[in-house]
Amino acid sequence: MRKIVIGQYYPATSIIHSLDPRIKLGGTVFFIVTLFTVNEWGAYAVAISALASVIALSKVPPKFMFRGLRTMFFILVFTASLNIFLTPGENVLVEWFIFRITSEGVSQAARIGLRLITLVTASTVMTLTTTPIQLTDAIESLLSPLKKIRVPVHEIAMMMTIALRFIPTLMEEVDKIMKAQMARGADFDTGGLVKRAKSLLPLLIPLFISAFRRADELAQAMDARCYRGDVGRTKMKIMRFARRDFIACVIAIIYAVALTALNNFL
Amino acid sequence: MEIIFNTESLSFEYISHDEKKEQKTLALNDINVSITQGEFVSILGHNGSGKSTLARHLNALLLPTAGTLWVKGMDTKNAQNTWQIRQTSGMVFQNPDNQLVATIVEEDVAFGPENLGVPSAEIRQRVDWALSSVGMSKYADVGPHQLSGGQKQRIAIAGVLAMRPDCIILDEPTAMLDPRGRKEVMQTVLELNRNQGITVILITHFMEEAVLTDRVIVMDAGLVVMDDTPRNIFKEVDRMKKLGLDVPAVTALAHQLRNNNIELPDDILTIEEFITYFKP
Ligand SMILES: Nc1ncnc2c1ncn2[C@@H]1O[C@H](COP(=O)(O)OP(=O)(O)O)[C@@H](O)[C@H]1O
Ligand SMILES: [Mg+2]
Repeated sequence: MRKIVIGQYYPATSIIHSLDPRIKLGGTVFFIVTLFTVNEWGAYAVAISALASVIALSKVPPKFMFRGLRTMFFILVFTASLNIFLTPGENVLVEWFIFRITSEGVSQAARIGLRLITLVTASTVMTLTTTPIQLTDAIESLLSPLKKIRVPVHEIAMMMTIALRFIPTLMEEVDKIMKAQMARGADFDTGGLVKRAKSLLPLLIPLFISAFRRADELAQAMDARCYRGDVGRTKMKIMRFARRDFIACVIAIIYAVALTALNNFL
Repeated sequence: MEIIFNTESLSFEYISHDEKKEQKTLALNDINVSITQGEFVSILGHNGSGKSTLARHLNALLLPTAGTLWVKGMDTKNAQNTWQIRQTSGMVFQNPDNQLVATIVEEDVAFGPENLGVPSAEIRQRVDWALSSVGMSKYADVGPHQLSGGQKQRIAIAGVLAMRPDCIILDEPTAMLDPRGRKEVMQTVLELNRNQGITVILITHFMEEAVLTDRVIVMDAGLVVMDDTPRNIFKEVDRMKKLGLDVPAVTALAHQLRNNNIELPDDILTIEEFITYFKP
């Protein structure tokens, strides 16, 4: 059986792991937003060293950081090539047929590439140091003002938790059904697109039927354990803003100021 | 001792609609039983005899269509009692996968008390206590998908325990487990009953499990047909066969031997007892 990992949490004891998940989530979003305001190389250097320091503090081996990049590789190459060829510029380096590469294009592609790499790595750092359940809690807490305008924030967070809980269960089930069908001569790996899509049907139907049965049983089990939405509900783990979280906020502000300064005044 | 469950002519009818026609199934037919605090009761009966339907009544997941059920004196039909009743009698279901809600064991155990609005510090204590009561403290931080079936059921039991119930109802909790998982679950439940005085109602297909309980209720077609100690129930090998039920293998063997004129008592339940009659 395949080994199934949900999220990509890397357990370790580090200052980054112990930060309030809301700070990590908010901080990551903040960092990504600032990346889009950055254009000067000096500012890039600041952003990248900031990220590098966080990685160092997180005690997660760096090779895990770049795993996220592997799946992003094609998007990265694609975006970079688009930029190389489509950026208008004066300083032509190579010209062939309708293609023309300018130095402006190369520099733009490098910047975009760097921005993407930094962005993906930053979100990888967050998911490596935060458990899925902490993340959903953080989302619930950060979105809780929306409850006032009747957005079902608690229910959304609960749905995410249940989805996370059942991903491995359903994957195991797919595996089991596939083996059962293969034992009866089903073939999932050959043939054209239409044939392959058709061969998935005997996989999907039992999967859906079982998922509905599971949903029904889970709903009963939740009822039996007195679940009634978030009325009168408490939490075992309360997220608390500690001193380290405050320090993290201050550092984030200093970082933002430095970045803006480098970007606009140098 | 205080009575925890008490029924009076409890009946329940499922109404299902298939294409125009309305179909009624009388799943419980005039049930009168009472169960005392601290008892360990097993419920036997072949498929469709109404065991699960009865279990769901004890937890107010289903409400009687006729008659009444009281849980610690609370009428289940009164909607104001529902949450109190569900806290009093916790429920463990057959499929260990479909009753765990959270991605981390301790978070799942905390789910019930969180729903009840218990203060955070107390939830923490209850979770630690519940996990140690089922011998799963080591696994507090792992994901449910990393556990064996028996371990998952013990977590489900811990999740119920954390609500501080008076009674735990288990609906075929061992049906999907291997022999080792079955043993683990039975051991856990027995200890809870003996050491903590928690009432246990165990629905099972395994006669060896029923032997370990104080009282056996046998159901057939929505009726309670037998209600006695395991010793008196399994004595009636032929009657059990007619009800589509087995008796423990060693009891059946003793019965066969007796039919062949070998002198043995008719209420042998365990291998140990059986052996004593063959020692010189
Ligand atoms: N949701 C349902 N809708 C209609 N009939 C049902 C439903 N659940 C159970 N029944 C019927 O009620 C009877 C008792 O079922 P159940 O309590 O599940 O028996 P047991 O648990 O002893 O196998 C059976 O005849 C069954 O077909
Ligand atoms: Mg049943």
